[in-house]
Amino acid sequence: MAIRSLQPERPPAQPPGPPCVVQVRGITKRFPGVLANDHIDLDVYSGEVLALLGENGAGKSTLMNILSGLYHPDEGQIILHGQPVHFRSPRDAINHGIGMVHQHFMLVETLTAAENILLGWRSAGFLLRPDQVRREVTELSERYGLRVDPDAYIWQLSVGEQQRVEILKLLYRGADILILDEPTAVLTPQESAELSATLRQMADEGKAVIFITHKLDEVMAFADRVTVLRAGKVVATLPTAEATKEELARLMVGREVLFRLDKRACQPGKVALSVENLEALNDKGLPALRGVSFEVCEGQVLGIAGVAGNGQRELAEVITGLRPATGGRVRVWGRDITNRSPREAIEAGISHIPGDRAGVGLAPNLPVAENLAMKAYRRPPLARGPLLNRQALLSFAQRLIEAFRIATPTLQTPARLLSGGNQQRVVLAREITAGRGVLIAVHPTRGLDVGATESVRRTLLEQRDQGAAILLISEDLEELLELSDSIAVLFEGRIMGILPTDEADMEVLGMMMAGESPGREAGI
Amino acid sequence: MTLIFEKRLQRSRLAAALVPFLSLFLALIFGAVILIAFGVNPLQAYQVMLKGSLGSSYALSETLVKATPLMLTGLGVSIAFRMLFWNIGAEGQLAMGGIAATYVALFLSDQLPAPLILPLMFVAGVVAGALWGLIPAFLRAAVGVNEILTTLMMNYIAILLVEYLYLGPWRDPQGYGFPGTAPFPEVAWLPRLTGRVHAGLIFAVLAALLLWLVLTRTRWGYEIQVIGENPRAARYAGINIGRNILLVMLLSGGLAGMAGMAEVAGISRRLYHGLTVGYGYTAIIVAWLANLNPWGVLLVAFLMGALLVGGDQLQVALQLPAAVALVLQGAILFFMLGGSIFVNYRIRVIRGHRAGVMKAKGNE
Amino acid sequence: MSEALLVSILTITVRAGVSLLYATLGEIYTERSGVLNLGVEGIMMMGAATAFAVAYHSGSSWLGLLAALGAGTLMALLHAFLSISLRADQVVSGLALTLFGTGLASFMGQRLGPGGTTMVGLQGPGFQRFPLPLLSQLPVVGPSLFTQDVLTYFVYLLVPVLWFYLYRTQPGLHLRAVGENPQAADAMGVNVSASRYLYTVFGGLLMGMAGAHLSLGYLQGWADNITGGRGWIAIALVIFATWDPVRAVIGALLFGGINAIQFRMQAAGTTVPASFLNMMPYFFTILVLVMITWWETFRKRVGAPAALGLPYVREEKG
Repeated sequence: MAIRSLQPERPPAQPPGPPCVVQVRGITKRFPGVLANDHIDLDVYSGEVLALLGENGAGKSTLMNILSGLYHPDEGQIILHGQPVHFRSPRDAINHGIGMVHQHFMLVETLTAAENILLGWRSAGFLLRPDQVRREVTELSERYGLRVDPDAYIWQLSVGEQQRVEILKLLYRGADILILDEPTAVLTPQESAELSATLRQMADEGKAVIFITHKLDEVMAFADRVTVLRAGKVVATLPTAEATKEELARLMVGREVLFRLDKRACQPGKVALSVENLEALNDKGLPALRGVSFEVCEGQVLGIAGVAGNGQRELAEVITGLRPATGGRVRVWGRDITNRSPREAIEAGISHIPGDRAGVGLAPNLPVAENLAMKAYRRPPLARGPLLNRQALLSFAQRLIEAFRIATPTLQTPARLLSGGNQQRVVLAREITAGRGVLIAVHPTRGLDVGATESVRRTLLEQRDQGAAILLISEDLEELLELSDSIAVLFEGRIMGILPTDEADMEVLGMMMAGESPGREAGI
Repeated sequence: MTLIFEKRLQRSRLAAALVPFLSLFLALIFGAVILIAFGVNPLQAYQVMLKGSLGSSYALSETLVKATPLMLTGLGVSIAFRMLFWNIGAEGQLAMGGIAATYVALFLSDQLPAPLILPLMFVAGVVAGALWGLIPAFLRAAVGVNEILTTLMMNYIAILLVEYLYLGPWRDPQGYGFPGTAPFPEVAWLPRLTGRVHAGLIFAVLAALLLWLVLTRTRWGYEIQVIGENPRAARYAGINIGRNILLVMLLSGGLAGMAGMAEVAGISRRLYHGLTVGYGYTAIIVAWLANLNPWGVLLVAFLMGALLVGGDQLQVALQLPAAVALVLQGAILFFMLGGSIFVNYRIRVIRGHRAGVMKAKGNE
Repeated sequence: MSEALLVSILTITVRAGVSLLYATLGEIYTERSGVLNLGVEGIMMMGAATAFAVAYHSGSSWLGLLAALGAGTLMALLHAFLSISLRADQVVSGLALTLFGTGLASFMGQRLGPGGTTMVGLQGPGFQRFPLPLLSQLPVVGPSLFTQDVLTYFVYLLVPVLWFYLYRTQPGLHLRAVGENPQAADAMGVNVSASRYLYTVFGGLLMGMAGAHLSLGYLQGWADNITGGRGWIAIALVIFATWDPVRAVIGALLFGGINAIQFRMQAAGTTVPASFLNMMPYFFTILVLVMITWWETFRKRVGAPAALGLPYVREEKG
């Protein structure tokens, strides 16, 4: 059966009856240096939920950005209801009933939910009519179970609520083809289930729903059919009823996939990092951490789970000295580093793989060598008093490139030209080399393909086995379950509980991520 | 058919090398249009400018005279711009340097041994410029106040302070109403090399060398580079941005102050309104055209000096306002700015997309 | 304080504040769309020079005003082209605009008098003050606020209109969105580049008007460096006003008031040297900036449009 579905040729298993609303034919899109979409064909039927499955970088988002009018294809055609169309902008696509919920929400933080829904709406007229909009939005949200306060500012809403605003935006415009890009990445498992029900309801009303994902479980649970993309090409389309996870995984990656890393039993040593009643504010001056306490021992990985925006970023920033604590203590091997400078945190032994690789972890325009030296430049042999030894800097960089197998044309290549995986290896190499045993890793594999993800995870576990204390902050529950020895769940700036990984499962974690304390108290 | 800009993977070296020359050329054409509009023969005007600025050894020396303060302020501005600190205040920092040096020359020169005077004036000028630059740096580092506006406002204040001094308490009592201080005693004159070219030129070359060494050979230079490319990454790497702002502005203001000292001690040998003629603003153009490179600053400052001297010649020979030079400067910067897109982007032409298809709007 | 003195101070406050207000409003709309225009000083200077030159030679203040609007539009268009289409650094482009505008205006000032001579010291036509029916009968505010020139009355109307447009209309909603999150606006079908062009040019128009009020209303003549940093103060006032057209009025009055006090002190024969009096607006600008920045940091509120100064490019990877 695997042989059949490996063939990229049409026709795929076509459900009889419902009309084909979108036909994508031969779409090709190039970015400088990348062939993102390579002659892609795709059919979408009304009344179905279609999953678009592929690794990071397979071209899923690019394809959907083309379908929603944000990008222009270099070649190929989109046929809508039997008519060829050409979208110049998202407005054209919206007018044809195609709407997209982007992975990074397209919401204006300083506007209200209702204002965001109105944004760009053609028939709105000149004056804003808040009452009418409020009424219509409330009506829609009740119909689809998408509860949202229309007068709330976006920045006041949780991530889940923001997603609802995004969907309402499309429904309000009467979209009948909805595209959702990785919609569950920011949700708890329970919220995901609710979303699934909403999507099903929309499909039942005759809309076509496309959702992008790289998670196999979701494909199996949500979708009627699945189209698998790999390296910019369609490799298969099949009904989910006929697919298995293993087969989909192989199609997606192009080879057999190991689902488990070998993980040795945890042998915790001394307490390396301890956090006690930590409190901090977010960028808007509101409490982001409300008394967080935990300890990480040498040779241990503590995972921090939680829906985005529940204090994860602030936690990492406070520990690494980038954000002031308003209360509590951070200690590294007993040494108090609360509210010291980032430099003192570094010198106390803390390394940091930041969540925003290109924005924080790298200076993208500087050469790879300079990026690798960003923490070592203060000490000999790179430093000679106030001077910088360029020869030493280059040989240091060369050593790291070899040790961590970073693929770069030269030492002088700007970091932004490396692939995501290699950029992350630059950060990892630098942090592990500079570090002295405490590693704060935030979304370490976000946006990486399977190969790079595996290699990053293996490196983290190696570090653990060599005695590093690792705090792993991630929104990817699979990753947390795979790497952590214990998992703590953050909800609204509080730790809901800390569980040993073998006692944690998706369901329990999901409950805790939604703010419910675990049945059996594991102690904080 | 549509034109789109597509980001290049590598900066185009060819474009980077060509753009400045092309900008200069286009600016000259643009300037010619304006000159024609005002009834002046542009070829004649450009000839006057060229001869007056580079055509004789005297002209060349005058160009160097104007280039000297541009070099020093340009170097100062460029180091601040490198870490994205927009120091628009070189003019004021220069003025403060001039004031401090004048104070030493007027009031201390008869009390101290002669060999101490010039070094003391130098130190006073540098320190005064540095401190004047430190104020906006501190406001930015400590409170986050927009430095573009503060440095600029402080220019106006410094210029008015100069005015107050030479019209008020420091006015030459034997000056027959001349708005300026008394001339400096000879011990406070900066040695001249040739014509009116003074030792300030040597300061400028040494400063460029120093800056280049700092930028390429020291940890501090590396930190400035990282801050300039990505301040968030710099903070994350443990670099103290506030401290660097203060240090860089001490250096930046100090260089401008040095220019002010060199002007009063090397050229005017007194304090009067001719101290602040806009070098600090031209320095912005110099720094940008030089791509913030210290050696480039020396070269561009020389060219801008020639442009200024040429502008003065226009006034003498054709009774044209010297402001022509300012217009040309602005135009060069515009073309340079517009042209730099070709360094990072290439143009792609997309052929018209089957216009007929557009009309076939399915169900509307 | 006597009523006559109060009226005189208020009158000068308003007269001095009007051009600041126009410039501030122009910059507010420009920045709301996400474009930082540091060329205000240069545009005002050009506006003042063209307004006076055209008015002087044609004898019509209205033609002068029209010319100033044209000059403002053209210069803002240049900035828009450089910063929106060519994605040039907006700080440098704005500085270039100021240097260029200052230079060209000074050039014009020296050449556009009668027979190619200087315009300094010329008497030209100007917008004269006239009392508004009824309103000018009110005590104190009647002879001060409602006995002004036509450009002043126009700005009284303009402020509420701009406020209403920004907060109560659909295009105003788009304007706010484009400066805050252009990606989101684009995804919902708002044309980001067109909006930015439109409001940058509109802003330039108002800045040109600000210049025209200097040379045709406030001073009724041309002087070198006529703007004296007002363009820069206007940029500071945008921050002070937290990008809100109504609050810009307070800022403009504050600085108009400083001008008025300066005048009164000079008229009263103060012993404070003129240089120090002239420093006041600049000094207060710094003071106001420090206070407002400190206050906003303290309250964790940043009023600036989030995408201010950043070029928007839809398709870019790597």
